[in-house]
Amino acid sequence: MTTDIAKENPEAAAAPPPGAAPVPKPLYGHRRLLTRRDRVTLGLMATLPTILHIALVWVTALASVALAFTTWDGIGFDSIHWVGLQNFKELFEQNPQFWPAVQHNVIWFVVLIVIPTPLGLFLAVQLDKKIRFSRVYQTAFFLPVVLSMAVIGFVWQLVYNPDTGLINSIIGANEPGKYIDWIGDPDLNLWAVLVAASWRHTGYMMILYLAGLKGVDPSLREASAIDGAGEWQTFKNVVFPALRPTNTIVLVVTIIEALRAFDLVYVFNGGAEGTELLSILVTSNIIGESSRIGYGSAIAVVLLLISLVVIIPYLVSTFRKERRA
Amino acid sequence: MHRTPSGLTLPSPSRRTLLRGIGGAAVLGAGIPLLSACGGSGAAADPKTVTLGSKASDPVPKKAFADIYAAYKKKSGITVDVNTKDSNTFQEQINSYLQGTPDDVFTWFAGYRMQFFAAKGLATPIDDVWQKIGGNFPEAMQKLSKGEDGKYYFVPLYTYPWAVFYRKSVFEEKGYEVPTTWDDFVALCKQMQKDKLVPIAFGDKDAWPALGTFDQINFRKNGYDFHVDLMAGKASWTDAKVRAAFDLWAEILPYHQEGAVGRTWQDAAQTLASKKAGMYLMGTFVGQQFTNPDDLEDLDFFAFPEIDPAYGQDTVEAPTDGFMMSKSPKNKAEAVKLLEFLGTTEAEDIYLKADPSVVHAATGADTSSYTPLQKKAYEMISGAKSLTQFMDRDSRPDFTSTVMQPALQKFIRDPKGVDSLLSSIERQKKTIFASS
Repeated sequence: MTTDIAKENPEAAAAPPPGAAPVPKPLYGHRRLLTRRDRVTLGLMATLPTILHIALVWVTALASVALAFTTWDGIGFDSIHWVGLQNFKELFEQNPQFWPAVQHNVIWFVVLIVIPTPLGLFLAVQLDKKIRFSRVYQTAFFLPVVLSMAVIGFVWQLVYNPDTGLINSIIGANEPGKYIDWIGDPDLNLWAVLVAASWRHTGYMMILYLAGLKGVDPSLREASAIDGAGEWQTFKNVVFPALRPTNTIVLVVTIIEALRAFDLVYVFNGGAEGTELLSILVTSNIIGESSRIGYGSAIAVVLLLISLVVIIPYLVSTFRKERRA
Repeated sequence: MHRTPSGLTLPSPSRRTLLRGIGGAAVLGAGIPLLSACGGSGAAADPKTVTLGSKASDPVPKKAFADIYAAYKKKSGITVDVNTKDSNTFQEQINSYLQGTPDDVFTWFAGYRMQFFAAKGLATPIDDVWQKIGGNFPEAMQKLSKGEDGKYYFVPLYTYPWAVFYRKSVFEEKGYEVPTTWDDFVALCKQMQKDKLVPIAFGDKDAWPALGTFDQINFRKNGYDFHVDLMAGKASWTDAKVRAAFDLWAEILPYHQEGAVGRTWQDAAQTLASKKAGMYLMGTFVGQQFTNPDDLEDLDFFAFPEIDPAYGQDTVEAPTDGFMMSKSPKNKAEAVKLLEFLGTTEAEDIYLKADPSVVHAATGADTSSYTPLQKKAYEMISGAKSLTQFMDRDSRPDFTSTVMQPALQKFIRDPKGVDSLLSSIERQKKTIFASS
């Protein structure tokens, strides 16, 4: 994107800093400013990223769509065999992990939007009141966002470890008869992981909302205070509607988080029963010594389609707004 | 400040230099990795060097291997240029590694995993090497080193058996006897439970330990040949024989440690080390978890008990690691000589001096420095009629990792659903084994 701007408007990059003495504008247009070499360089700067983008994004995406209709063990191109819809048929009808995975991705989204998102908003509103030590709280809640998901997975594993973990040690649930298997029990493990995911997501949402709240015009609040509105009424009728753009971002971010959920679970228990996710199924089929690249691609295509269903309406509405503006 | 002919002031010494710099960097940055990724035509091979790709990234085996190569250099003047990768990464990338520009020789596993790459033409047959080293190995090892086409592709270095581990002091104190039959084994489990011990320690979080339990029960119940057919995708998982193996497993499942799917094998080993558990089915590498030397001294094992007298205890699960030669080695003559050396007892002795958790693959090895556990392991392997390699080395890895691992995790939590589980395994197996 930056290269496009530079190409269209090269003097923007070369403009003198605002404080400098006014310089007489050149009499002739900026076109002659570009020597042949400049044009070649700029051309390269535009084409190279384009080529890389096409090669690394579009070609690979389309190739994996094509591979979804084949079987391939990844060894030599002559071992690619066309199988039509076989992979999808097998996926929908025979794979015992597929439907649970779809379901868990949906649960992941619902939980993130229902629990940590309002919580993040609540924290942001509290911190926005400029209470004492607000920076400290802000840092504390935001800290999990700084950690990588893999690290969070390791940390929560220590908490959930059924034999030596914090929870079971405290409540004495690591003895025969009262055993709670947080990581292995399919009725528990998804919720256990989601607590960890929410722990991080809350901080993320808090920062987004905090930024959104800073953008709310203070005069609106003043006006509503003068009109005699209480705190809750101000929030409900004035502040929250003003956060509309932030809410859109939050929704998109949360959907993306739910679709790309992977690292936390991969570290936690490798996507064992109860925590299957589409992204983990893709990985476990494609990575390995003799991989099922066709089959893994078919799962990736399903994930892609789900993502498109979510992203296209968002893009359409965003572009519509931009055109209006 | 620079002044351009047009009179415009430029903020920087030269915008053009800057642009050129960025453009150049982009070209270089994009070009170099692409070139090096495609380039197989490097410099001509150095006749005094053999390259070797190694997955031995843990400190103990890494040093043990390095000792072998140092000894070889002293002996022959040939340098072994080792390219070590993290072992998991090595395994995951083996596919593209062997298709790209692999090293002359690489470390790998015996069994189906070796045969798979041999059949794909990604390894060189080494019958000439085996003419020299053949006499060093027992028949079971020779069988393990052959591809499906009957040619040799593999030089074994070390091996280790799977067995049932226990603490000698616990057995002495409670008066337990080593069970040799299934009924004795079940009776012992019952007794241990009465004595407030966890009869069988179990941790299947990494999903592979359960594969080992199935292997033991299946080849004891149905014999080596059926086990091999089942692993090769020839026998059916819905066969009554397989069902019978799972029924036996379901019989002892209540004596396994609770919550296995959430526990790593290392944590399960700790319950044996702390004498909370009575027995533990694992490979001999479990000894690495016994950090206290006295505990290690107290550790012992017995072969998985007999189930069907027709098969007795004649099959031993003994994963074997060693070397293969890549499809077109740059320095083939020297690679052959290196493999000949690696197939000698001398090379194995050097390895075992630095890593005593495994045993020789060769016969006639120097066992004088063996620990009692190693001696026992060695006898168990050399006395075996047939050796298996562990399910994920005896079968297609894509089948074991995507189908069997989750299926067995499901079984150990819900053994009642075995029928639908087995038919699901069979359906998935058919498509996977049919795919190539």
